[in-house]
Amino acid sequence: MMQVFPFLVVAWIVLMGLYGMVTSRDLIHLIVCLIVVQSSTYVLLLGVGYVTGGVAPYFFDISPHVKAVDPVVQALTLTDVVVEAAVTALLLSFAVQAHKRFGTLDPHELAPFKG
Amino acid sequence: MTPRQRLWLFAFGAAGLVACYLWAFAGLPGFGNYPGPYGPAILRQVIAQTNATAAVSAINFEYRGFDTVGEEFILFTAAAGMAVVLRRLRGERQGEQGEESPAEQAASRQVPATSSAVRVVSVLLVGPTAVIGWWLATHAQTNPSGGFQGGVILATAFFLVYLSGEFLVFRRLSPVVALDVAEAVGAGGFAAVGLTAVAMSLPYLYNYLPLGTIPGAISSSGTIALISFLVGIEVAAAFVLIIGELLDQTLLRGGGRERRQGGGQGRRQREESA
Repeated sequence: MMQVFPFLVVAWIVLMGLYGMVTSRDLIHLIVCLIVVQSSTYVLLLGVGYVTGGVAPYFFDISPHVKAVDPVVQALTLTDVVVEAAVTALLLSFAVQAHKRFGTLDPHELAPFKG
Repeated sequence: MTPRQRLWLFAFGAAGLVACYLWAFAGLPGFGNYPGPYGPAILRQVIAQTNATAAVSAINFEYRGFDTVGEEFILFTAAAGMAVVLRRLRGERQGEQGEESPAEQAASRQVPATSSAVRVVSVLLVGPTAVIGWWLATHAQTNPSGGFQGGVILATAFFLVYLSGEFLVFRRLSPVVALDVAEAVGAGGFAAVGLTAVAMSLPYLYNYLPLGTIPGAISSSGTIALISFLVGIEVAAAFVLIIGELLDQTLLRGGGRERRQGGGQGRRQREESA
């Protein structure tokens, strides 16, 4: 069970985020749900790179020969967080413009987009 | 489509997604059994090759440095994209008499004053937060830190000024022109470090600076420490720019970009009103 448990958590986070997005009645709420979906990838990456009994890959005060978890996926997670922040910022600015243009943040009430 | 129909459609799709997930997980090596070989290979070499004790920073700014250039420019582009999306559109807020735009409604809204507890605590935290952010941005080679983390915390110091109820001080501390320059220096500096290596007929982003003698020391790891610092400046500027842009939308009439075009005149008006 411990072998797959972190990955089941990943699937759970994705589904909860998607459910929130599908039922969302507010663009800000929808964007937060998208962040939830994306945060599942952090759990997935860190879960894949974990080595049983491994320490964090920092060797300032420990021997470099101590068993450590994989640093590559941790670097990827950092990239992931930055991209998420960038995407969120852009989406929030779109939400601001949608509110200016249509006077509502409810996706059901937004007029269909015209070209 | 009614909400009920949407939910059924979602349930159908989600069932397929879960099936694919379970299928994929069955092929994973299992939690705690990471097979490598890339990560363990780097762990064996990292101190000998870079003199950085932080393997994650070494990967970000050295082994995968080229990817990080792209990552940094994603943030750069997002800040620029926000400025474009949130610019004042032609005719916006000029038109219909009697009808208030959301920004005008916001201006006349009664907002409770910031409590003195919040003011005192946020002002007290500005200094320590800035120091921690600076420290993180300059110790990428030593500890779990680096430009991205440090930059965000450095930006938080500016937001604490805003939180203490001093929006105008926040704006004076972070003029858009200075932020633009800092962002460009950070992002361009990173690319320039790489190009310098090319000019010395080395591979792009090659670590050409002396690596130092003590692993993890402030003077060690060559370009890793330098790039991390540049990234810190870029990230801090980008975040202050992004949040400032959003605050302008809610708190002031007109965006930050527009005031900048107005130059000194806009600033004088703001100071008079302050």
